[in-house]
Amino acid sequence: MSAKAYSVIGTRPIRHDGADKVTGRALYGADFTAAGLLHGAILRSPHAHARIKRIDISRALAYPGVKAVITSADFPEAAERTVDMGEGDTPLSYARGNVLAIDKALYRGHAVAAVAAASLHVAEEAAALIEVEYEPLGCVLTAPEAMLETAPQLHEGKSNLASQFQHVLGDAAKGFAEADVVVEREFNTATVHQGYIEPHNATALWNNDGRVHIWCSTQGSFVVRDCTAIILDIPVSQVKVTPMEIGGGFGGKIPVYLEPVAALLSKKTGRPVKIVMTRKDCFEATGPTPGSFMRVKIGAMKDGRITAAQAYLAFEAGAYPGAMVGPAGMTVFAAYDIPNAVIDGFDVVVNKPSTAAYRAPGAPNAAFATESVIDELAQKLGIDPLEFRLKNAAKEGTRRVDGPKFRRIGCVEVLEAMKNHPHYSAPLGGPNRGRGVAIGFWFNVGLQSSATLNVNADGTVNLVEGSTDIGGTRTSIAMQAAEVLGIPVADVNPSVVDTDTVGFTAVTGGSRTTFATGWAAYEAAQDVVRQMKERAAKLWEIDATAVSFDAGVFTSGERKLTFKELADRLPATGGPIVGRATVNPPGVGGSFAGNIVDVEVDPETGKTSILRFTAVQDVGKAIHPSYVEGQIQGGSVQGIGWALNEEYYMGADGTMMNSSFLDYRMPTALDLPMIDTCIVEVANPGHPFGVRGVGEANIVPPTPAIANAIQRATGVRMTRLPMSPPAIMEALWRESSSQRSSGN
Amino acid sequence: MKWFDYECPRTVEAAVGLLSAPGRKVRALAGGTDLLVQLRAGRREADLVVDIKEIRELNELRLDSTGLTIGAAVPCYRIYNDPAIARAYPGLIDAVSLIGGTQIQGRASLGGNLANAAPSADAVPVLIALGARCLMAGPAGARSLAVEDFCVAPGRNALAPGELLVSIHIAAPASGSGAAYLRFIPRNEMDIAVVGAGASVVLDGNVFAEARIALASVAPTPLFAAQAGDSLIGKPVGEASINAAAEIAKAAAKPITDMRGTAEYRRHLCGVMTRRALTRAIARAKETN
Repeated sequence: MSAKAYSVIGTRPIRHDGADKVTGRALYGADFTAAGLLHGAILRSPHAHARIKRIDISRALAYPGVKAVITSADFPEAAERTVDMGEGDTPLSYARGNVLAIDKALYRGHAVAAVAAASLHVAEEAAALIEVEYEPLGCVLTAPEAMLETAPQLHEGKSNLASQFQHVLGDAAKGFAEADVVVEREFNTATVHQGYIEPHNATALWNNDGRVHIWCSTQGSFVVRDCTAIILDIPVSQVKVTPMEIGGGFGGKIPVYLEPVAALLSKKTGRPVKIVMTRKDCFEATGPTPGSFMRVKIGAMKDGRITAAQAYLAFEAGAYPGAMVGPAGMTVFAAYDIPNAVIDGFDVVVNKPSTAAYRAPGAPNAAFATESVIDELAQKLGIDPLEFRLKNAAKEGTRRVDGPKFRRIGCVEVLEAMKNHPHYSAPLGGPNRGRGVAIGFWFNVGLQSSATLNVNADGTVNLVEGSTDIGGTRTSIAMQAAEVLGIPVADVNPSVVDTDTVGFTAVTGGSRTTFATGWAAYEAAQDVVRQMKERAAKLWEIDATAVSFDAGVFTSGERKLTFKELADRLPATGGPIVGRATVNPPGVGGSFAGNIVDVEVDPETGKTSILRFTAVQDVGKAIHPSYVEGQIQGGSVQGIGWALNEEYYMGADGTMMNSSFLDYRMPTALDLPMIDTCIVEVANPGHPFGVRGVGEANIVPPTPAIANAIQRATGVRMTRLPMSPPAIMEALWRESSSQRSSGN
Repeated sequence: MKWFDYECPRTVEAAVGLLSAPGRKVRALAGGTDLLVQLRAGRREADLVVDIKEIRELNELRLDSTGLTIGAAVPCYRIYNDPAIARAYPGLIDAVSLIGGTQIQGRASLGGNLANAAPSADAVPVLIALGARCLMAGPAGARSLAVEDFCVAPGRNALAPGELLVSIHIAAPASGSGAAYLRFIPRNEMDIAVVGAGASVVLDGNVFAEARIALASVAPTPLFAAQAGDSLIGKPVGEASINAAAEIAKAAAKPITDMRGTAEYRRHLCGVMTRRALTRAIARAKETN
């Protein structure tokens, strides 16, 4: 399918939203303003775990300029019940509690009360006047500690171990007995944040007619609509969400934090209320990705065949259940054909912010463990690390430990591309250098999308869709419509609209947007073609089935009309044409990614420099190759940050000590080489153009690839993230003292 | 951020008068790259902010036979953009080109970096190594102080109430002299020194005639490791003398464990960075000979 000639798919047109974004005209959430706008400020808990005994808002309310003060007591009365916040069943009190603390503060930064005032400064001053009497409780910050019986309990009467699961395939004990070599290691990964450049924001107006209108920066306008309705206990039809432009999300802009609070403040004041987080708020009070403790054991025969694998995955959910340990269990061994395996997963609450999705959530943690052990096994067996992986690579028909059987996938093709890449055989050229490889998998999702196409008289079409555009998806979706219609992509004008104006569309996440909303655009374009054939048939006085359509031209025998010519004749042939489609596609194609990384480690400081980085990914079909490359580079860079420096550095009292971009060290342009991308296209048979999602698999392999490179540069195997300079230095000291003590 | 009053005096006397206002929390503002951030984050408070950028003496940047005078409000870019200064004081240039990014350097001043009195201040170790002096003016008149005596605690300097840092003076470089500043950061930019080392040497042939070493981020204030420098005097330039000085600097450090590194790691880095800074200073000294 990849060999098929396309006129639009696979080209690199200028993005439709480019002019607005490069001129600064694009309107982001914080740009929103309205007549009578009030500004909100949130009072946050200074304790990581405390009972809230009393809140006195009287001094704040009396402060000049203050219009309203709210706490969780202002939520409308609603019986406790289970609600769906988009990630499965959640008690309503948890959904509400993360927005405004109920009875207890469960993490430092937990929202406790909110103020609306005429200016932000007044709101902040007034928030500081709210008196909260806390009874501080002991806090627990890691999954293994939280699982101890003696650990402080976050949710009364409920274990900190919120849930657990086990996947079993074959007979692991028998498999390990057959193995010639078994490697087992424990791994720890730090809590890390998505680090999107634009902080969370929301403006809400609770109108006099009872309808709530929200303007915000989100990955899913319908998610905001539905979750806000649930939390405020009002029908979804009473909430309208207008998505503003979004400055990055990476999974972190799926949950609601500010929207229900702004809405409640608006209800009290009758005026629109805007709240914008600071960077510190984002770090302390939005969802990072879980820190984790993992144990992975893999056994193999001398010939390199893996016989058995076992994983123990304990993930920190943060304050409320829902760590992304499920996806970790789905991906931990997904790259390999393993006959016998056991995977145990544990979802554990701790006194940290409630975790959220972050680009292939759970998979990078799991891959750090698995791919490190795979690397060590290859070394022990004396087999080239790519050959070892190829020998065991998952293929069409391979059954994953968690159940599903793979359809056509590109794991082998990615590994072959890595092996054949000039980087893999290039000399390293210096001391203290090492080369590492690793691969990773993300399954991607489908979910519901809607799109409509309105045909204009000049032969252009307006595309109306509901996927907020993070990575250039307006264009990658428009390109799929343009391909079907045989018109230039510049003639498709895409709009991302509010929740009243387009059919239900799920979140921009799970690498689904180009796949699913693109598919909706494809189907809507087919609908346009079908209707326009009828118009041509009418003009030519023939049956519609006698009209052919190819490359933007309708023909029947010698007669022909271009798309543009026919568009001009719609009024005379029956009126406007609207193509429409809704999809809930089943044919999701998972994506594999692999990295080849060269590092140099300064033996005196422990600092790792990335010298060369090659990222390979099976994308199915690259609709817009520049955006695909951008996704691959972006995921790689986030993975590099996660590998080398990023972490929530927590004080014993549960305070994040480094809640700024100065000390939460994401890589800068000066810390990175050019990320060389290599697109592999193994078409997804489940999509009309062969698309697989491309946004996430690329963040999975960097951490182990870098760990494996560091091992080869230093001889030290790092089993804890981040592999920061002090961590590497300490590992080098340990290594040299253990060598001394063993007399080497 | 809380409201504050703002004044922009034109003379040192007027500034001293404003800074002496009784009963008010007054802060001097040069580039504002530390102060405004601290005010916004609530880490410092001010009722009155006195902008010192319009005062002539505080904008003076003069290289003459006595050495270099840098007004307290002179932004970093003016220092490294002056070719004569860059030639004469490459060690100083190491530091001023590290403070913030290019845009920050358009505003951030050397005087502010010193007066902010952060243990991690990049400019201070090399100023100490170069034997620089602070010139201050206050209600009681003018005085001067060695830079190593200027910072007294994290975020606190030796300025008396009402006193203003007017300029910093560095003596003309001796022949056979060289200086350098190096810092260790986990990233390659946008970071605070985990450890910084400034070194200045004067060589007489292959023998150290003078040497001064100072460190950042390893004590409550920028640390003058006098004994480390003194240990070099009279010794031949070489690995043995450099390593010995680095060990003394390491022993003088009193680092803490925080999000930027453990105490043990920082102590180790003191040795590494001292050695590297000395090596670079020596190379420069040999170039000028």
